[in-house]
Amino acid sequence: MIELRNIEKSFDDKSVIADVSAVMKPGQCNLIIGASGSGKTVLMKCMVGLFEPDKGHVLYDGQDFTAMNNDEKTEIRKEIGMLFQGSALFDSLTVEQNIMFPLNMFTKWPIKKKLDRVNEVLARVNLVDTNKKYPGELSGGMKKRVGIARAIVLNPKYLFCDEPNSGLDPQTSLVIDHLIKEITLEYNIITVVNTHDMNSVMEIGNYILYMYKGKKEWEGNNREIIFSKNQRLNDFIFASEFLKDAKDMRMLEEKGKIANERDMDELLDKDSPTLIPPADTE
Amino acid sequence: MTIFTDIGRYLLMIKGMFSKPENGKMYWKEFVHQCVEIGFGSLGIVAIISVFIGAVSTIQTAYQLASPLIPLSTIGQIVRDTVILEFAPTLVCIVLAGVAGSRIASELGNMRISEQIDALEIMGVNTKTYLILPKVLAALLMIPMLVVIAMLLGIWGGRMAGVSAGIISGEIYDKGLLEFFKPYNVIFALIKSYVFAFIISSIAAFYGYYVRGGALEIGRSSTKAVIVSCILILFADYLLSALLLQN
Repeated sequence: MIELRNIEKSFDDKSVIADVSAVMKPGQCNLIIGASGSGKTVLMKCMVGLFEPDKGHVLYDGQDFTAMNNDEKTEIRKEIGMLFQGSALFDSLTVEQNIMFPLNMFTKWPIKKKLDRVNEVLARVNLVDTNKKYPGELSGGMKKRVGIARAIVLNPKYLFCDEPNSGLDPQTSLVIDHLIKEITLEYNIITVVNTHDMNSVMEIGNYILYMYKGKKEWEGNNREIIFSKNQRLNDFIFASEFLKDAKDMRMLEEKGKIANERDMDELLDKDSPTLIPPADTE
Repeated sequence: MTIFTDIGRYLLMIKGMFSKPENGKMYWKEFVHQCVEIGFGSLGIVAIISVFIGAVSTIQTAYQLASPLIPLSTIGQIVRDTVILEFAPTLVCIVLAGVAGSRIASELGNMRISEQIDALEIMGVNTKTYLILPKVLAALLMIPMLVVIAMLLGIWGGRMAGVSAGIISGEIYDKGLLEFFKPYNVIFALIKSYVFAFIISSIAAFYGYYVRGGALEIGRSSTKAVIVSCILILFADYLLSALLLQN
């Protein structure tokens, strides 16, 4: 379990993250969503230790990551895999060498075992016969898949994905989303995805944290988001008329599925404390 | 204020380089790779510059020694001392600040901008130790070697130019090379080359490692690294000469 407790972060006296708390569980795709500049990337970087939060704590299975020294952090980081927005593959290394890099650095396995593991994860992300290719020879979607393969090669407990669908076409985005979801369930890991792709929200969002101007505005899952009355969230998620219509249709569909009227009331009540009247929105 | 911040960050970077490697074999591999990049990658330009510097030194020295009272072998002495004391270590290192320094800065800058450094950090790799230390150590090994090669090629270039232009015979030039030779001059040149090697590699690594922004910033930081390295090399040259060259 990853627990965020009252995280705060500022740059040059400008508050970027303000008092954000959340709990992220194993076997779930935990999504951090929000508009550009809402602080979701900074929050993710605070979680993995690339930024030090000014206040608050990040706990990995009860261990306070923010209070650890460098050596202790390194031990936790060995259990973290991360897919970067631009994939962050090493240009001068082949696909095989990229994926093998963490194995070379942190294991003393014989070369045969390492190669088997590389081929295993490449097969897992549906990329066979690309071992000898360089990142420059791959498409955007393939680079993302190599990035995922490298992130999972050491069997991490925590997988972080920073905007995994940026720059990808909708179909490839869907493939990446499904891959992330499958890997999360298969390895029972905690996956944290930073995105503003609405398809991802609906497809894989087991837990969704909506950030607005550095603050936690809403949290819930991809089913609850349909019924949310939070105006800012609705304006962000269902920005176009098309998406608003899609939401209405999905709502009707979901209502049909709910046999018990009390369940429906519970869903609607969940948003009540964070309900923001339209007059407050910008 | 920025200059003090930069000095502080530079010193912290140097301190951060010295941590226990996660896997000695990987670090050794990176060190050898950097030796090849810095050493062999710069050998061609160093060789060309050295030969021409020696050749020009011979011709210009001969031009200025117009008096028949001064023996021709003096040309060999002057070329030898100029090349060993100044041209080989200082000029070659200024060229290396441009060749190897800009390569180090742009390589690290590109890694920073494309989040490759962040990726290594997330894996649990100490990036200062893994990316900067092998470059600094490789520079400390290879640059003095390049300077020694530059000394030999410079002196040989001077001989070749003198003989082919009919200014001086090979025998007299060689005689001049051996006259009043002080081995300390070579030691002094090597001390300078170690200092310059550290400046070139660490300053370039600093500007590359801490680059912020986009592709344009990589170019800017690379240029800045070369300029700052050149200024520091010249300053260190003056300082070392004042301290170590006293009769």
